[in-house]
Amino acid sequence: MGEFKVHRVRFFNYVPSGIRCVAYNNQSNRLAVSRTDGTVEIYNLSANYFQEKFFPGHESRATEALCWANGQRLFSAGLNGEIIEYDLQALNIKYAMDAFGGPIWSMAASPNGSQLLVGCEDGSVKLFQITPDKIQFERNFDRQKSRILSLSWHPAGTHIAAGSIDYISVFDVKSGSAIHKMLVDRQYMGVSKRKCIIWGVAFLSDGTVISVDSAGKVQFWDSATGTLVKNHLIANTDVQSIAISDQEDSFVVGTAEGTVFHFQLVSVTSNSSEKQWVRTKPFQHHTHDVRAVAHSPIALISGGTDTHLVIRPLMEKVEVKNYDAALRKITFPHRRLVSCAKKKQLLLFQFAHHLELWRLGSTVATGKNGDTLPLSKNADHLLHLKTKGPENVICSCISPCGSWIAYSTASRFFLYRLNYEHDNINLQRVSKMPAFLRSALQILFSEDSTKLFVASNQGSVHVIRLLEGSFKHLHTFQPQSGTVESMCLLAVSPDGNWLAASGTSAGVHVYNVKQLKLHCTVPAYNFPVTALAIAPNTNNLVIAHSDQQVFEYSIPDKQYTQWSRTIQKQGFHHLWLQRDTPITHISFHPKRPMHIFLHDAYMFCIIDKSLPLPNDKTLLYNPLPPTNESDIIRRRTAHAFKISKKYKPLLFMDLLDERTLVVVERPLDDIIAQLPPPIKKKKFGT
Amino acid sequence: MAALEEGFTLTAVPLGSGPDGPLGVEQSDKTDQFLVTDSGRTVILYKVSDQKPLGSWSVKQGQIITCPAVCNFQTGEYIVVHDNKVLRIWNNEDVNLDKVFKATLSAEVYRIHSIQGTEPVVLFKEGAIRGLEALLAEPQQKIETVISDEEVIKWTKFFMVFRHAVLIFITEKHGNYFAYVQKFNSRILSKYTLLLGQEEKSVTQSFSTSVHRKFISLMSLSSDGCVYETLIPVHPSDPEKNQRVVRSLLLKSVVSGNARSGVALTILDQDHVAVLGPPLSASKECLSIWNTKFQTLQTSKELPQGTSGQLWYHGENLFMLHGKFLTVIPYKCEVSSLAGALGKLKHSQDPDIHAMTHFVNWETSQGYGLGSQNSEQSKRILRRRKIEVSVQLEVPPSTQLLAAIQKDSEKHIEVELRKFLAVKRTPDFHTIIGDVVIGLLGRYKAEPSFYPRNCLMQLIQTRVLSYSLCPGLMEFALEKTDVQILQLCLQQFPDIPESVTCACLKIFLSIGDDSLQETDINMESVSDYTATIQDGEIEEQTEILQNGFSPEEDNCKNCAQELIEKPQAATEESTSCPVTGKRAALLNAILHSAYSETFLLPHLKDIPAQHITLFLQYLYFLYLKCSENATMTLPGIHPPTLNQIMDWICLLLDANFTVVVMIPEAKRLLLSLYKFVKSQISICSELNKIEVSFRELQKLNQEKTNRELYSIEVLELF
Repeated sequence: MGEFKVHRVRFFNYVPSGIRCVAYNNQSNRLAVSRTDGTVEIYNLSANYFQEKFFPGHESRATEALCWANGQRLFSAGLNGEIIEYDLQALNIKYAMDAFGGPIWSMAASPNGSQLLVGCEDGSVKLFQITPDKIQFERNFDRQKSRILSLSWHPAGTHIAAGSIDYISVFDVKSGSAIHKMLVDRQYMGVSKRKCIIWGVAFLSDGTVISVDSAGKVQFWDSATGTLVKNHLIANTDVQSIAISDQEDSFVVGTAEGTVFHFQLVSVTSNSSEKQWVRTKPFQHHTHDVRAVAHSPIALISGGTDTHLVIRPLMEKVEVKNYDAALRKITFPHRRLVSCAKKKQLLLFQFAHHLELWRLGSTVATGKNGDTLPLSKNADHLLHLKTKGPENVICSCISPCGSWIAYSTASRFFLYRLNYEHDNINLQRVSKMPAFLRSALQILFSEDSTKLFVASNQGSVHVIRLLEGSFKHLHTFQPQSGTVESMCLLAVSPDGNWLAASGTSAGVHVYNVKQLKLHCTVPAYNFPVTALAIAPNTNNLVIAHSDQQVFEYSIPDKQYTQWSRTIQKQGFHHLWLQRDTPITHISFHPKRPMHIFLHDAYMFCIIDKSLPLPNDKTLLYNPLPPTNESDIIRRRTAHAFKISKKYKPLLFMDLLDERTLVVVERPLDDIIAQLPPPIKKKKFGT
Repeated sequence: MAALEEGFTLTAVPLGSGPDGPLGVEQSDKTDQFLVTDSGRTVILYKVSDQKPLGSWSVKQGQIITCPAVCNFQTGEYIVVHDNKVLRIWNNEDVNLDKVFKATLSAEVYRIHSIQGTEPVVLFKEGAIRGLEALLAEPQQKIETVISDEEVIKWTKFFMVFRHAVLIFITEKHGNYFAYVQKFNSRILSKYTLLLGQEEKSVTQSFSTSVHRKFISLMSLSSDGCVYETLIPVHPSDPEKNQRVVRSLLLKSVVSGNARSGVALTILDQDHVAVLGPPLSASKECLSIWNTKFQTLQTSKELPQGTSGQLWYHGENLFMLHGKFLTVIPYKCEVSSLAGALGKLKHSQDPDIHAMTHFVNWETSQGYGLGSQNSEQSKRILRRRKIEVSVQLEVPPSTQLLAAIQKDSEKHIEVELRKFLAVKRTPDFHTIIGDVVIGLLGRYKAEPSFYPRNCLMQLIQTRVLSYSLCPGLMEFALEKTDVQILQLCLQQFPDIPESVTCACLKIFLSIGDDSLQETDINMESVSDYTATIQDGEIEEQTEILQNGFSPEEDNCKNCAQELIEKPQAATEESTSCPVTGKRAALLNAILHSAYSETFLLPHLKDIPAQHITLFLQYLYFLYLKCSENATMTLPGIHPPTLNQIMDWICLLLDANFTVVVMIPEAKRLLLSLYKFVKSQISICSELNKIEVSFRELQKLNQEKTNRELYSIEVLELF
C-alpha cells in the first residue's frame, strides 16, 4: 500500500472544558451538554451519539442550568443572571434575558413545558411563562434566605421543591408560598460540616422529594409532612447531581469521587406490591467530579470535570446488540479543530480563545517501517493569535498556500493576510469585512487560495474572491426557500469548480462555482453527515455519515458511483460499523485516484477502491504481517480497507504530499495532567 | 399401631399357576390397579378395591412369560418378557399380545423394573442393566456380562434415592452373597460382599430394602429364622473396590428355624416389617408384622391353606398367595402414642382424614401425583398409534404444598415438601420456596406449637432462598435460639441485614456450651485448628513473624517486654482455641457473612464486653493460625479468610474500644493487637513507598515512549 513519512504531532495542547450540565430530551432523543466555558453541544443519541450541533461559549456566560422546555426548545441560565434560549435551526442564540435575581444557579421547566422556573443567588425563585417566541416574567415565589441551587417540579405541576443551603423548601405553585421547609442534617459521619449544600432535588409524583447534598447523602423526604423518610449515605464527598427516569422507577446520582450510583425501585419481597428504593449499581467511569447526570430510557448519562461524556446503557433495557448496548465515552468534539496548509507544511490549531500556527519540521533521513527519524529541523511555533472579545472561536481555516487565515466568533468574522519573510511573519488583518460576514459556521479556502467560502448561520454560503490584501464578494448561494437550516460542512473540489455544503439533516448541496448556481442535491440520508470531500480529477464527492456509512457520489454524473453501490450492496464490515467515533476528515492522494484517506479518533484508514471489499469473515484490522509471509498470500488476503490504529486519539490526519502524512494526536494523559487533581482516595489503609 | 385388616381373595378362580405361585404383582399407573403375572402365560390387570379384573392378556401357546409384567409410568404402557428374550409392550386397548410391539433382545432378561418418576430399566441375567429407551433404540445391542460364571441373581430391587434411581441386586455363588448397587446418575456399579457373621451355615431366603438417610438398609431373612440388617452406603467411598459389608442381627426367630419354604420378608415402613412364614416349627404359616425398633410382634394373621413364600407390598396392600388364591390384606399403621397404648386416645371426629396417617413410602412418594408426569412422557409414545393419554389437569404441587402448610401435620408437610422438591425446578421455583417459608412462619405465628424445623432446614438448603425472600425466618430462628438454622441461613443467604447478623453473633457468643453440645452444627469450616495445642510447640510459636516483621524491630519495647515476661501464659493463650469447636463453626459463619461497616458498627456496640473479648480472642487466635503458614490461610474446607478476620477485629475494636480497654482480661490481648497493628502500619507505609516508586518508574517508562511532542516516523501500511 505504501510507505509514508508521518509527522507525528503531539503539541496541540487542546483541553476540552469540563461538563457542567446535561439535559436529555426524550421527544427527539437528543442530549444537550453545556461545558464550563459556556459551550452548549447537542448530541443526537439516535444517530450514533453524534455531536450534531454546538453553540460556542462566551467568557462571561458560565452555564449553571440547562433544560428543554415546550417540546424542543432549549434554555440555559448562568451566573451572569441571564436566561438564554438557543435557536436550534440557525445555531445561534435567540435571545438572552436578565432574570434580575443575580446569578442563576438552577432552572427547571414545568412538566407541561409552558413555564420556566429559575433559582437565583438572592434566594428568589422566579416563574416565567414560555410564549411562542420568548419568555415572560410572571412572578416571584417567597424569597428564601440563601441561593437556590436546585429545583424540581412535581409531575402534576402543582408543587416545586427547591434545594438551598441547609434546607429544602416545598412551594405551592398556585400561591407561590413555601409550605414546608425541610432542614438537612449538616453532620457527616459525626463531624459537623460548615454547610450542607443541596446540590439536587427530584420531586416524585407520590410526593416524595429526593435530595442529594454535599455531605454525601441521598435523602428521601415526604413533602406532605416535611419529614425525612429515608437516608442513604453513599459517599464521603459531595453528591452533586441527580436525574430520575420518566417512569420514576430508577434514578441516578453522581458524586465528587467520580462514582455514579444507580438507584432502583424494587419490590421488597417477591410478588409483593410494596416497593423501596435500593442502591443497585455503582459505576466508576469518571476520575473527577460528576457534575451532571441524565437518565434516558435506556442509559445513564454522566459528565463532569474530567470532560468525558459517559453514556452507560442499562443492559436490562437494551433489547438488541447495537450502538445502544455499548458504553460510550465521548471526549473529543466531533468536528475539526485543525487545518493544514499543505504546501507550506503549516498547521493551524483552534482553541477556544486563540489560534496557534505551527510549522512542521523536516528530516533528510530515511528509514524502514517503525523507525523514528532524526530531525534536521524541529517544528516551530510561528504565531499565537489571541481572539478579540469574550466569545469563543467557532471555526477557523488556513489557506492551502498558507498566506490567509480566517476565523469566526459568534458575532465577528476575521481574515488575516500572512507574509513570510524568511523567518519573520507579517500578520495583517483585512479590515472592512462586509456586513453580511458576521459569523460563520464553516470557512474554507479553495485549493489555489483564490477563493474563500463561508457558511453562515442563515443557511447561505458566501463566495469571496481573494486578492492581494483585499477581497471581493462574488456571490451568495442562498438556501432553498423554506429551509433555514444552516450549513456546517463545506468541501470544494481541487479544480475549484464544485462546492459541496451540508447541513445537519438535509442532503448535501453541490454548487457549480463557475456558473454560480446549484448543481444538484445528494439525496438526504437518515444520519447526519460527519465529513465531506471531493476527489481530484474524478470530482467524486465522498460523504461519511454518523452511522459509519461512506458514500461516493459522482458530481458530474449526478449519481452514486459504481463502487459506492457495490459497497452498499455488500455492506460494510461489522467491525467498521461498530466503531464509535465519527469520521471527521477525508482526503485524497494526488497521484492515486483509487485511494480515499479518512480517519476517526482511534484509527485512520486508506480505502483502496481497486481491492476487493472485506466481508464479515475477513480480518478488518490486519496487524502487520510477518515478513516471511509470501507476497501471494498477502495479496490474497488484501482487502480495500487499510487501517492503522497506531496513532490515537487522533484529532487530525492529512496527506501533505505523496509520501508524507501529518497526524495530530492528543494523548488522554496529557489532558488529565492539565485537569485539577481529583479527590485523592487512599490505598493500603493508611 | 400396625394392624392387618380383613383380607380378601382377588381372584375367584384359582390362578393357573404351578407350585411357584404368581411371577409377580406390580403396580399400574392408576392407583388401586395392579398387574398380576402368573408363571404361565397370562397377565391380568386387577382393580383391587372392586376385586375384579379389568383386563387380561396371554401369550401364545408354547410361549412362556419369564418376567413379571410392569407398567411404564411415563407412558402408561405395560411391558412383559416372554421366553426370556422377547419384549412385548402394549396398552389397555390392545387385545392380543401377539399383535403388539415386539422386540427381541440379544440376552436373557432377569427382571424389568419400573417405578414412578423414571424410565423402566431392564436387568439381564448376566447382571447388565439397560434403560428401556436405550434398549429399544437398538434391541440387538450387545449385552455385557457383569457377574461371574456361577453367580446367580437371587433378588433385585429398583428405587429412588434423593431423586436418583438406584438398582440393587443380590447374587449368590457357592453360598456367598454379593450385592451390586447401580446408581443411574453416576453409572457406577458398586459391588459388596455380604459377610454373614457367625451363623455361617444359614441360607438367606428373602431380602428387602429400604433407604434410610445415606444408607440402603438391606434386610434379609435367613433360614435360621432371624432377620439381619446390612447397611450399604448410598455414596460409596471407593466405588471401584469390592467392599465388604457385615450384617447385624435385627430380629431373632421370627420364623421357625427349619421352615423349608414359604418364607418371605418385606419392609413396610421405617419401623415395621412383614414376615411370611411359620412362627413355630409345627404351626401353620402366618403373616406377621414386626416392629423392628421395639422388637415386638405387632400383629399376625394365620394362613391355614399355606402360602408360596412370596409377598408383595404395594400401596398399603400386602399381596400373597393363600392356598391357590391371590389374597390381598390391607395394612395400616397408625402413630403409636402413650394415650393410644392406655386406651385413652380419643377417636377423632373426622375419621376419614385422621384415621389414616400417611407414611413415606419411598417407592411411591417420589414424583407421586406430580404435574410433571405428562411432560416427562417418553418420546416413544409417538410410535404407538392408539395410545390414550389421560391428560388430567392436576393441581400444581406448589399449591398443594401451600394448602398443606395451612392445615396438615408437620410430618405430612414434610412429605409434601419432599415431593415438591423432587420435581424439576420451574422458573418461579425460588418465589414458591419463599412463599412456602412465609406460609410456614405464618402458621407458626398463629399456632406456636407448630415448629416445622426439618422443613425449614430442607428449604434453606435448596440454596435459592435469600433474606429478603423470606423476611422473618431468621427472626423466628433467633427467637427460638435455633443456632443450626441460623448457621445455615448465614451460610446460604446473601443479603442478611447487619442488625440480624449482629443478633446472631450475640446468640452465638452467649449460648451455653452445654446447649451447643446437643445441636447438630456443620463443622466444615472448623478444621483441627480448634484442637488445643498444649505444649511442645511453644518455642515455635514465639518466633512468629507477623507479616515479616519480627517484634524485635518494634519500638514498643516495654509492651513487648511485658509480653516476654509471661511468655508461657501468652503463648498458651494464643495457641489454644478460646472457644469450642461448635461455637467456632458458628462464629466462622458470621465471619463469612457479608456486611456493610457503617450499618454493622452501631449494632456491635450492644454486645456485652466479655463476649467482645471472647470474640476478639478467637479472632486473634485465628490470625495467629493464619500466620503460621506462608499463604496466610487456615486449613480446612471454606475457612475464614485473613481479610475477614482482620476486618472483624477492626470492627470490634472500633465499636467497643472504650469498653474493652477497661477490662483487665483484655489488656494482654489489646497489647498484642496493638503490636500487630504497628507492624501492619509499617508494612503499609512500605507498600505505599513501593507504589510511589513504581509509579515513578511507570512515568519514566511513559515518558520514554511519549516524550517527544513532535517526531517524524516511518509507517508502512500493508
